[in-house]
Amino acid sequence: MNVAVAGVGVYLLIAAAALATYALRLGGLLLGDRLPTTGRFRTFMDALPGTILLSLVAPGVISSGIAGCVAATLTGVCAYKTGNVFVSMLLGMATVAAARYMS
Amino acid sequence: MSGQIRRGIAANLPVAASVIAYGSVLGVLAAQKGVGWQQLLFMNLSIFAGSAQFVMVDMWNPPLPVAEIVAAVFIINFRYLLIGASLRSLFQGSSLGHKSAVMHLVADENWAVTMAADRKGGTTTYFLLGGGICLVLAWSFGTLLGHRMGAAIQNPEMFALDFAFLAVFTALAVSLWRGKSDILPWIGAALFSILGEHYLPGKWYVVTGGIGGALLALWDNPQRRKETEKEIST
Repeated sequence: MNVAVAGVGVYLLIAAAALATYALRLGGLLLGDRLPTTGRFRTFMDALPGTILLSLVAPGVISSGIAGCVAATLTGVCAYKTGNVFVSMLLGMATVAAARYMS
Repeated sequence: MSGQIRRGIAANLPVAASVIAYGSVLGVLAAQKGVGWQQLLFMNLSIFAGSAQFVMVDMWNPPLPVAEIVAAVFIINFRYLLIGASLRSLFQGSSLGHKSAVMHLVADENWAVTMAADRKGGTTTYFLLGGGICLVLAWSFGTLLGHRMGAAIQNPEMFALDFAFLAVFTALAVSLWRGKSDILPWIGAALFSILGEHYLPGKWYVVTGGIGGALLALWDNPQRRKETEKEIST
């Protein structure tokens, strides 16, 4: 569904995204007692945040070429070692910028 | 109550510094994509979820793919269902109004700070709220600052700004790494998302990768079962 969104429409789009987010926040708290704390569904749910974020980047990293793959690897290693998201991000960006500057 | 709010604000100040920095990157990207500062501020106050806002701005190409954007935000914020559920005991005895108000300002960062404080000897929902107030201010300040700078940057490729999104999420994903039990799900997620991107329209590859990878976590293996049991018991 691609529609020309402008003016008020943009705010409605943001509001819809906000509603979805809020429903998850409050829903988790209110449904908390009904969500399983053990078992296979729980194992699945616990694995989900990591796999979602990885899925968000994997195709983009691959299509950004060798420089992008190297930069993403450095970012990942830095984040793993330091736990600092911001410094890791800067390292990744600097790597890509340097690769572009040299080519 | 106000003491707990203040303590919550103070406890989140260190993380607020990196939220400002990371928010300024989003602001620059938003300005480059033509998102107005009022729209950005509205996002900050209504959605208040960094990763989802990054994805929204990344997808902000007119004509805006409305359904895809909302679906992507829902998928990425799905973890809030788990975050909300984990706060059950903290909110025990609170009214529905109090729950509804405080939950809006729960983000990854103040949630993590509150959980840590809770383990160290108890905390309250006002501490969580104080953290949320601290973060929403830092987030808005950072993004709007970036938005002002972003309008002045002529060639974003030179600073690899187009790579900022991938770099942020790579770092965030790594921070969610739980150990060996994640090897198989993560390989699966990478594979299924790359295949999904190739064969499916829009951002649905996030779903194929996320769900496909997480399903692989169910692949039974004694080592993993032991780890899960340990997680549950702690």
